[in-house]
Amino acid sequence: MHRTGELYGQFKTLEQQKETASLGMWIFLVTEVMFFGGIMLAYTINRHVYFHAFAMGSNTLSLKLGGFNTVVLLASSFTMAMAVWASQTGKKQLITIFLSLTILLGFVFFGVKYVEYAQKFHHHLVPGKNFNIFFCRDNPSKCEDVSAEELEEESKELEQAERADPDLNSHAQLYYSAYFGMTGLHALHMVIGAGLLFWLLRESVKGRFTPQWNTPVDLVGLYWHFVDIVWIYLFPLLYLIDKHK
Amino acid sequence: MSENDHIEHTEHIVPPTTYAVIIVTLLCMTAATIAAAYVNLGKFNIVVALGIATLKATLVVLFFMHAKYSPKRTQLVIIAGVFWLGILLFMTLSDYETRVDYRGVQFPFSQRITHVVSRWS
Repeated sequence: MHRTGELYGQFKTLEQQKETASLGMWIFLVTEVMFFGGIMLAYTINRHVYFHAFAMGSNTLSLKLGGFNTVVLLASSFTMAMAVWASQTGKKQLITIFLSLTILLGFVFFGVKYVEYAQKFHHHLVPGKNFNIFFCRDNPSKCEDVSAEELEEESKELEQAERADPDLNSHAQLYYSAYFGMTGLHALHMVIGAGLLFWLLRESVKGRFTPQWNTPVDLVGLYWHFVDIVWIYLFPLLYLIDKHK
Repeated sequence: MSENDHIEHTEHIVPPTTYAVIIVTLLCMTAATIAAAYVNLGKFNIVVALGIATLKATLVVLFFMHAKYSPKRTQLVIIAGVFWLGILLFMTLSDYETRVDYRGVQFPFSQRITHVVSRWS
C-alpha cells in the first residue's frame, strides 16, 4: 500500500488515483447494500405474516436506549465527516481529535447496545430453549427494570396479541432472531469500523495524512457513514413498529 | 491543459457549516420519525417511517459521503446499486403479495394469521 501519496504508474494524476480508490470503496458498499437489503427483505416478509408477534416484540424494546443510540451514531457520522474535512484541509491535530471523538461515540453505542442485550438476556428474550415472551408478565419480580405501568400495558398487549396469534411465543422468537441477527451484524460492522478508526488514529498521530494524501480517512469515512445508514433503517424497522396504539 | 495542472489538488471540500446543517437536520428527522410512530396512520406508519429513513440516508450519501460532489462514474455506481436493491425488493414482495397456495388461499397476511398457524403447525 502506498502511504506517502506518490503517484502509481497506472494513474495519470493523484486525483484520478483517489477517485479510483473511492469508486472501489463504493462498489464494495453496494455489495453491502445488497447484503443488508436481503436481510431486511426477509425481515419485511416475516413481519408482514406475523405482524402481531413482531409488533409485540418491538414494543418490548427500549425506545429510549434505541433513540439515544441513533443520536450517538448520527453524531459519530458528523465527527467522522469533520475528520475527513480536517484531513482535506491539512489540520493535523483536528484529524486526531475528530477521529478520537468518532471512536468514543462508537464505544458509547457499544455500551448502550450491551445494556440492551443484557436486558434481553435477563428477560428471557433471546431465541432458544428459554425464550419466553411472557416472562416479565409472569415473573414481574425478576423484571425490576420495567416499571409497573409498562408491565401492565405489556400484559394487555400480550393478551391482545395472543388472541390474534395463538402461537405468539414462537413468532415473537422469530422477531427476536431478526433483532439479534440484524443488530448483531450491524454491531459487527461497527467493530470492524472501530478497528479501522484505531488504525487511522495511529497514522494521524504520526502526521501521515495531508491534503495531498488522505485516501484512507476518506474511505473509512465512507464505510462508517454506510454503517450509520444501516442503523437509520434498522431503528424504525425494529423499534417503531407499533407505537401508535 | 498539461498533465501538471491535473496534479494540483482539485477535490471539492465540503465546509463544516454544511456538515453542521446536515447533522441538525438528521437529528430533527429522527425526532420526527419517533413522533410520527405515535400517530395512528394505519398502513402509512411504515411508509412514513421508511420515507423519513430514506430522506436521512439520502442526506448522508449526498453530503457526508460527498456523492453530490463525486464524479458521474461514482454516482452511477450508487444509483445502479440502489436500482438493483429496488429490483430485489420489488420483485420479491410483488411475488409474495400475489401468491396463492394450492387451495386458492392468498398468501397469508396478518389478518389471516390464525388460518396460517393451524395450517403450518
